[in-house]
Amino acid sequence: MTLTPLWEVFVRSRNGLAHKHVGSLHAADATLALAAARDLFTRRNEAMSVWVVPSNAITASDPDDAAMLFEPAESKIYRHPSFYEVPDDVGHM
Amino acid sequence: MYTQGLNAADKAPPAIEDAGRLGAFQARIDAEQKIEPNDWMPEAYRRTLIRQIAQHAHSEIVGMLPEGNWITRAPSLRRKAALLAKVQDEGGHGLYLYAAAETLGVARETLVEQLLSGGAKYSSIFNYPTLTWADIGAIGWLVDGAAIMNQIPLCRCSYGPYARAMIRVCKEESFHQRQGYEIMTVLARGTTAQRAMAQDALDRWWWPCLMMFGPPDGESQHSDASTRWKIKRFSNDELRQKFVDATVPQGHYLGLSFPDPALRFDEATSHWHYGAIDWDEFRAVLRGDGPCNRDRLAARNRAHENGAWVREAALAFAEKRRRKAAA
Repeated sequence: MTLTPLWEVFVRSRNGLAHKHVGSLHAADATLALAAARDLFTRRNEAMSVWVVPSNAITASDPDDAAMLFEPAESKIYRHPSFYEVPDDVGHM
Repeated sequence: MYTQGLNAADKAPPAIEDAGRLGAFQARIDAEQKIEPNDWMPEAYRRTLIRQIAQHAHSEIVGMLPEGNWITRAPSLRRKAALLAKVQDEGGHGLYLYAAAETLGVARETLVEQLLSGGAKYSSIFNYPTLTWADIGAIGWLVDGAAIMNQIPLCRCSYGPYARAMIRVCKEESFHQRQGYEIMTVLARGTTAQRAMAQDALDRWWWPCLMMFGPPDGESQHSDASTRWKIKRFSNDELRQKFVDATVPQGHYLGLSFPDPALRFDEATSHWHYGAIDWDEFRAVLRGDGPCNRDRLAARNRAHENGAWVREAALAFAEKRRRKAAA
């Protein structure tokens, strides 16, 4: 059985947004990964640019740490503009 | 549907798992949270998903064969371009699905081996032959129509990577059904011979399409757990009824008749009532004794063997360049 490396594919759409993860694929090297990504994820004019990244190059947070990492932000509503009161007479700010 | 083989019971011994974790897992499912690859999950959930997603992927790949049969004989360039694009989509859908299965810790190569050796199941529908051009119309209209019925609820499946793959598939697949119905429309409005061809295709594909949804509720051994885990949102019979209700008026619009003398509209329930399905035929096809089972597997094996040198050469070239860069 031949095992080919796994790649993660990121695509930037035409509207100028950041590259977005769209899926993964197998390919022997970066050139073939790009060619396969183009065939697999951009058949309907979805992209201006494609990145492929070896899957094993990605370091991910541990789901068990999710509470420790992300819960602290929940209580900090003063980081959002709607927390602050501005008199109506001032108009849009 | 594409995962009818799931109706066989899971033979692996039940894993011993912590009741607290199981409870927390079910609570997440009940709260409509998505389960992601690195999250803890019960072994049975993982196994069920691997089997279901793999069968779904195999169905997409084998599903390229009946339609591929007509690419070189499509009646116009417009039809040929559409059919090529559709078959290419099926290949892409197979790859999205294998990638989703891999997030559960199984290698795509392992799944492909299982298909090639005949150990894995795929949808019964792809073991029927495409005898005339009208069959390409019937497949798009009926087979893809049935598949979409099944795949739309799967977009809300509890397993994140599977749900995301289904969203992509559904987005791309809406053209498949329309191009099939367009082929049927042209034939149904054509000469007497063309009308007869359209009718013959509907006659042959109707019952196998109803079988795509799997055995009747109550005979399906996997439904309970899959429903509890929100992998499955509707029962086989519910989806089958939705398909019949949507499709019968479309057939009548074309002036075609359905090969079911018991088919009638029930005013009380507002549903189309259909006759008895030949489940012996269904079981025979799943067992490997359909009209084209052996042919389909032989074609897949041939393609895999003929492509071996390409895979090996690509890996050898990548290795050579790696060594050069390191030197």
